[in-house]
Amino acid sequence: MHPSGIVEQVRRSIVIAKKDIMIYYIKGPVIIFGLLIPLFLFMAFSVGSRFASLPFLISGLLAMTLFFTATAVSPVIFPWEAQARTLERLAAAPITVPALIFGDILASFVFVGVGITLAPVGIALALGLTISHPALLLLGILIGAICFSSLGTLLSVPPTSSPPNIMMLSSLIKFPLIFISGIFVPIESLPAWGRLVAVFSPLTYFTDIARYSLGEVHAFPLVVDIIALAFFALLFTAAAMMLHARTLPKRI
Amino acid sequence: MVTGQIAIDVREVTKRFDDIVAVDQISLDVRRGEIFGFLGPNGAGKTTTVRMLTGIIRPDEGSVHVMGHDIVKNPVPAKQQMGVVPETANAYLDLSGRQNMLLAADLYGVPRARAEERIRETLAELGLLGRQDHRVQGYSKGMQQRLILGMALLHEPPILFLDEPTSGLDVQSTHLIIAMLQRLNEAGTTIFLTTHNMDEANRLCHRVGIIRCGRIAAVDTPEQLKQTVERIAVVLVRFDRRVDIRALSALPGVADVAEVNGRCRIAVEDIDTAIQSIVSHARAQGTRILSLDTPTPSLDEVFLSITAGDD
Repeated sequence: MHPSGIVEQVRRSIVIAKKDIMIYYIKGPVIIFGLLIPLFLFMAFSVGSRFASLPFLISGLLAMTLFFTATAVSPVIFPWEAQARTLERLAAAPITVPALIFGDILASFVFVGVGITLAPVGIALALGLTISHPALLLLGILIGAICFSSLGTLLSVPPTSSPPNIMMLSSLIKFPLIFISGIFVPIESLPAWGRLVAVFSPLTYFTDIARYSLGEVHAFPLVVDIIALAFFALLFTAAAMMLHARTLPKRI
Repeated sequence: MVTGQIAIDVREVTKRFDDIVAVDQISLDVRRGEIFGFLGPNGAGKTTTVRMLTGIIRPDEGSVHVMGHDIVKNPVPAKQQMGVVPETANAYLDLSGRQNMLLAADLYGVPRARAEERIRETLAELGLLGRQDHRVQGYSKGMQQRLILGMALLHEPPILFLDEPTSGLDVQSTHLIIAMLQRLNEAGTTIFLTTHNMDEANRLCHRVGIIRCGRIAAVDTPEQLKQTVERIAVVLVRFDRRVDIRALSALPGVADVAEVNGRCRIAVEDIDTAIQSIVSHARAQGTRILSLDTPTPSLDEVFLSITAGDD
């Protein structure tokens, strides 16, 4: 089997993903940023918005959990590896930078898309909510998990070996997105400038899919939601692969 | 040693970091089955060179071929042929030694059954079998370095790059690593060894390259390099009694004489003329010569001579 063939490189990406899950996804930041912060925001918002419906609140919780968890670990893997001096070994291994990045995205996708989002879905079912369109919700979760995982990996492009620097940068981008993506305020209730900005947030489209799947009002046609989310996923993945290839040597 | 085939071919390689030229137009080749020592003072460009040869960073100019594969155009096949022990690399501290080895085996595409066999063999050879299931966090520096060497060897690469592999290690680990490198080389592995340890380079390396200010200052066997150092030869003579230093200084071919630890250290301009005149003088004075040495320069002296003026 040729080591630079696509099958062998994908196999090596899976090795990277397994390593990431074993080493990084059981650390504190995942729990804090991925589960506790969305839960606390959800609780605060549900107390303050007595008139918001349960499907509206749960779809917001689902979007926040997916988004925060997918972007909690993936941005700091590269700085951690550079700081722990394990990155140079990976850079010397017969794996391409795109395969390395794909492995990081895959780890986040598996952990978030297949694992963590079960928690808010479980909460929804426990609260007696009916998922009107489960297949659509599953599709949205899978594309959303790829999209946000690749965004997380893209956030780690600046060649620093200090995880706090990247955490600060990613927080600066993540929190504003939460407020303009229809999680706390429906898109249709935003001012004109807010609706315009929301179009550029991938989180908007996932939240819209979640709303629809839980039987709520949604702002965009579903085809637009899916195409836009898939477009952002491809864009972030391609940008992460291209830019990391440039900045990786600067970390070593 | 099998010679005649080139394992690493470096042609006019340059690397700049902003305005600084870290490596400037270097060319060298390493033959298959050779242990090639790469020496140089701090900041001379050793690690940058090794990183370019191992595909970790790209050269700005020039070409590097490893076992015939262009490291820039075909990095994966080239990297598949090599094992790398980087200067500052670590194993994953949260994983056990065995898990780290498995990770390396998977990254190099070693089939699982063969990987299990190789892990057992390699860990046993490196004295780590008893600690294989312990987290690397608890390993000593020597154990970690042995583990990293083991990870680099799992896929049985024909070329091994080592950047300061024994730096700061205890004597036991150093001996173990050196002995392993010798065994690997006897079995045909080509070794590119960056080191500060002249004794190590002298004992291990078939040829040595010295880099200075980003340029190759010399490439040759340690013995040849010692002979190329231009200096006034020294003859160390022990007589059976005190001799007149001024009379010795006046002999043909002698430049200077000093008494050091009961021996005369005689700097000579022409070694043949000087020895003959010293022997004649001793016979004429009725003095017996107890010993006469013509020490050759050490590799340390060669290195200091070539890199004179560097920090």
